[in-house]
Order: sequence, then C-alpha cells, then structure tokens
Amino acid sequence: MSTALLIEQILNGLQFGVMLFLMAAGLTLIFGVMGLINLAHGSLFMVGAFACAAVAAATGSFWLGLVASLAAAAAAGAVIEILVIRRLYDRDHLDQVLATFALILIFSEGTRWVFGSFPLYLDIPPLLSGAVRLPGGASYPLYRLAVIGVGVAVAVGLYLLISRTRLGMRIRAGESDREMIAALGVDIRTLYTLVFALGAALAGLAGALVGALQSVQVGMGEPVLILAFVVIVIGGIGSIKGALIGSLLVGVTETLGRFLLPRFFAVFIEPSDAAAIGAAIASMLIYIVMALVLAVRPQGLFSANG
Amino acid sequence: MRNILKTGLAAFAAGTLSIGLAQAEPVKVGMITTLSGGGAGLGVDVRDGFMLAVKQVGNDELEVIVEDDARKPELAVQIADKMLQSDKVDILTGIIWSNLAMAVVPNTVNQGTFYISPNAGPSQLAGKMCNENYFNVAWQNDNLHEAAGAYANSAGHKNVFIMAPNYPAGTDALTGFKRMYEGELAGEVYTQLGQTDYAGEIAQIRDSGADAVFVFLPGGMGIAFTKQYAQAGVGAPLIGPAFSFGQDILGAVGDAALGVKNTSQWSKDIDNETNKAFVESFQAEYGRLPSLYASQGFDTANLILSAMEKADVKDKDAFRAALKEADFKSTRGDFKFGNNNHPIQDIYVREVVKEGDVLTNKIIGVALEDHQDAYAAECGM
Repeated sequence: MSTALLIEQILNGLQFGVMLFLMAAGLTLIFGVMGLINLAHGSLFMVGAFACAAVAAATGSFWLGLVASLAAAAAAGAVIEILVIRRLYDRDHLDQVLATFALILIFSEGTRWVFGSFPLYLDIPPLLSGAVRLPGGASYPLYRLAVIGVGVAVAVGLYLLISRTRLGMRIRAGESDREMIAALGVDIRTLYTLVFALGAALAGLAGALVGALQSVQVGMGEPVLILAFVVIVIGGIGSIKGALIGSLLVGVTETLGRFLLPRFFAVFIEPSDAAAIGAAIASMLIYIVMALVLAVRPQGLFSANG
Repeated sequence: MRNILKTGLAAFAAGTLSIGLAQAEPVKVGMITTLSGGGAGLGVDVRDGFMLAVKQVGNDELEVIVEDDARKPELAVQIADKMLQSDKVDILTGIIWSNLAMAVVPNTVNQGTFYISPNAGPSQLAGKMCNENYFNVAWQNDNLHEAAGAYANSAGHKNVFIMAPNYPAGTDALTGFKRMYEGELAGEVYTQLGQTDYAGEIAQIRDSGADAVFVFLPGGMGIAFTKQYAQAGVGAPLIGPAFSFGQDILGAVGDAALGVKNTSQWSKDIDNETNKAFVESFQAEYGRLPSLYASQGFDTANLILSAMEKADVKDKDAFRAALKEADFKSTRGDFKFGNNNHPIQDIYVREVVKEGDVLTNKIIGVALEDHQDAYAAECGM
C-alpha cells in the first residue's frame, strides 16, 4: 500500500464527509430549531439534483443548473413548510414522521410523473474535469477537490450566519426558547419558513453536486438521509459544529473502513472470503461508531442543548 | 393510495372477466413487475415489450393484468396470492428481481400454475428447485457473467480486477465470471448494495495495476461507477454484463460509457427479421430504443402466444409441452429450452458506441455459443 493511495483515500473520505455535512446541516438546524423530524429532507436532495440536471440539459450550463438546484430546493422547502410542516410543530414526533414520510412518496411519484422512470444525465462541468497532481505522487479528480472546497465554504458561511448575524441570533433564540422569542415580537412563523428553506437549499446543493458524480434518479435521497441522521446523532442534535465533525468522522470512517478492512482480513483468511467479510463489517462500521459515541456521550459530541 | 389502485384494478379485472365469459374462455396472464421506486425502468421496459407483442398479434383471447410490486418481496407475494386465488390467472410472469422471484415462484409452480420469467433467473430455480411449470425466457443469472469471463480470456486480459455488490446476485456474478476466466485476479472487492460513491474502489483499482476491470453493478450503481471511473482516468478497459450498460441507462451515463465491452444475449443489431421489426415498432410505439429487458418481455409474450395456438391452457400437459417447444420467432434468432426450462443460447459481446447523438450498443463478437447454465445437471428433469 503506497502513501499516494492512502492520501487519495483520506481525501475521498473528506469529500464524502463534506457531502454529508451539506445534508446534515439542514437536517440538524430544522431538528434543533423547530424540533421537527423531517424525513422528506432526502426528497429535497433529489429535487436539487433533478432541477440541476433538467436546467443543465436545457441550457447546456452546469452553473445555471446549480443556481436552479438552490432555487428549486429552497422553493420546494418553503412551499412544504407553509402547506404541511407548519401544522406539525405542535404534534408529537410520530405524526411528523408519518406526514413527512407521505411527502417522500408524493415527491418520488411526482418526480417520476414529470421526468419518467429512467435516470437523467448530468455531467461535471468541463472547467472542473480532469485530475490534479498532489504532493506525494497521488492524482485526484479536480471536481472532488472543488466539492471539498464548497463544503468548507458552506461550513464557514453557516458559522458566520449563526454566530454573527441578527438572523443567526434569532435562530439560536428560537432554539432555546420558542415562546419567549415570539413574545418579544419576532415573527417566528417567517423565521421557521426561512430556516426550513435554508436547510432545503443546502440539501438541493448537495443533490446537484452529487448528481454530477453519481446518477440522478428517483429515490436517490433516502440512502443519504439515513447517513445524515447518523451524523446528527453522533454530532449532537441542533449543533452545526457537531454536524461538521460528525460528517467528517462518518465520511472518513466509512471510506477507510471499506478500503482497509478487507486488507486486514486478507492477512488471516482467503482473499475472496476476506473481501466479503471485510465488506460486510465495513458497512456496519459507522453504526458501531455511532453506538460507541452514544455509549460515552448519549447527547452526542456537541449537543446544542447540553 | 395503493388500496385505491388495487380496488381499481380489481374492478377492472372483474369488468373484463364478465366480458370474457360471453366469448370463449381467455388465457389470463398476471404480470407482477416493478413500476415504482428504484429500478422501475426495468419493469416498465419488460411490460412495454410484453404489451407490444400482445398488441401486434391482436389476440383478444389473451388478457393481461398488470400490478406493481414496488421491488418489495412481501408485496409481490400478496399480489401473487390475489392473482392466483381471486383472479384465477393461468400464467404468472413479470418479476424482475431474484429475491422477489424466490418469494413467489416456488409456491406458484407447486400449485400447478405456470410461471414464465422474463428476467430473474436465480440458480436454485435452474438447479435443485427446477420445476416443470417454471420457464425462464431470459437467462440463468450467471450466464452473462460467464460470458464476460470468456471474453476476458479471448481479449487477452491476464490481470483483471473484479467487483460486485455484497448480496447473493453479486457473489453469483463474481463466481460466474471466475468460472470461465483463466487469468490472475488483480483484486476482488465487494461493495455495499446501493452504494453510489466509488472513489475508494477506483483508487484501489488504480493502485492494483489491473489490465481490465469487471464490474456487476446494475442500475444506478453502474451509472455512478462508470461516470466516476471515466473521470478518474484510470485507463484499464471496463467489462460488464449488459445490466450496467443497457439502453435504459446509457443516456444517464453519457460519453463515459463509450467503448465499454458488455455481454448480452440480445442486442438491437442482431440480424434477423423479427428483431428488426421489434426494434422499429418499439421505437414507433414508445419513442425510445428498446433495452434487453424490453426484448425479454417481447419474447415472453410471443412464447405464450405460440403455446396458445397449439394447446388450450386448461390442458396443462399439452400447454406445457407447447411452451417447451418454444416454437416462436425470438428477437435473438435461435432459441431453445434446455432440460431445466432455461434457454440454451448464444451470448454476444457488445461495445458501447455513438450513433448520431444516441449512445447504444453494437455487437463485436460472440462470447459463448449455445451456452447452457452450469446448474442444469443438478435439475432432475
């Protein structure tokens, strides 16, 4: 095993983690501020990817597609907040899960109606195609490096938004005492719609960025949603910092686990069996990490309320 | 919503039944296939191919009831029970996925109803659990992978990296490949089912120095891998079964798929009249090129129609014999069933090419001639 391969794998882990962060940041904000479990977050991820693919196909520009993905996901988020989610804040979590699960089905079948059952085509922009040489002899796709850059920029932006702006102050206030901030005259309904649309836009951005690497198809959001929930449980519900650390932890653990475990087992047993057993354990690895974190810190690494 | 749909379909079925009774007794075919959720494209193609054949023959003695299994085994079993008990279908067909087929087929054929598979061909049903009422028109699951192994030999690859998802069809795929392949393995990797990011695996392929890569990654997994593999610029040629490079997904992969070699029992350029007419009429009817799944649906319907001309479906023995004769014009040209009711057929190597603006496949050779599956000997028929 060469250092170049190890560096490449660590970068892969970081890139995967950064994608998860874009999903988890919105999810944890919505969960933390509004106390809402939003299973439809994965559908907003899908909306972003489809909007980007459709606009990129129509105009030939990936960048316009990216703008469209932000706009479409934010708009979809705002609409479902006003029509459906708003009625769920006072209900218990089971009602929220039921209603947002229904939204998943509606979004999936609606998307199939509009775009058909076959996957759409979305490629990375020419500007970002190709690979760059890294110190140590490794080469790495430029697009994936750019994705890491976008993730870092979003993390910094969110940090500044939450800690330095009036909107951020209100979000933090809404998180700790909803009645009091409403009594102080802040329009809590609009604030919630805004936060929801912001979370949705981040999910849409993630969908568009991932869509160019993977495939744009109905149901693409649900596997990511499950990992995003793992991330916010590890990081601590409601904490952006926790979401960032949790995402990177999950991304790197998952990628390195998939890479190293089969090699580890190959020392003791047949390569063919080692590949199967290593792969099986690697797929459990992040859940084992989650269990360990919860055993030591039940409220997560950086709980907003603890 | 699903209940409304079911009631609607039941009412529809009841309506057609009363009309049917006025005439001669029709042959009832129940099609359980995947029309929603991930992988719906495969079910849609099988259904469209099947219905095209039915429409072309215009035989009003064939009645088809279609229901969606949403790729869920428990739902497929429910629908099958309903079709067998209340709709009293004579033939079941349509299932795409092997795990769903294993849940439905044994019970169906043991009750004496015919099951004709347009896609899934799990090894158990070809071997120890083979049944006289079970016919497979597509392939046994291992076939296309075996052909890929044979192609790797003839192309002179000596150090192949192989990869598949970690589930039964994935392990079968790599076993099938290794059954025919004679060279060294540069690596053997199992990925997670449904995985969409392959950066980690691609780094390992690059590091292994493989001279070719064999992957079995159906549907969205294949789209993601092929795009990422091309972006990474590894360079070793890619080989796979047609499932990752069929007409249904090539559009989503784009130019990244150009030049990929894949193995298939069908291709749109197989040179015979039936196939030419099929490709043309499918395109005219649905506005897209057919995939191998559509050809399998089309052949399944034509097999049933050919048997209907020779025998009454109520006379099970005569109808079974008529099915076994396979006296229909297949899009694949020659077609016959082996002892275990699975096809004995040629498997081709295709290359992904661009015709105008459309990505499609072109035959470049035959990987295996008159190939029969490895499990036929275990079948007692």
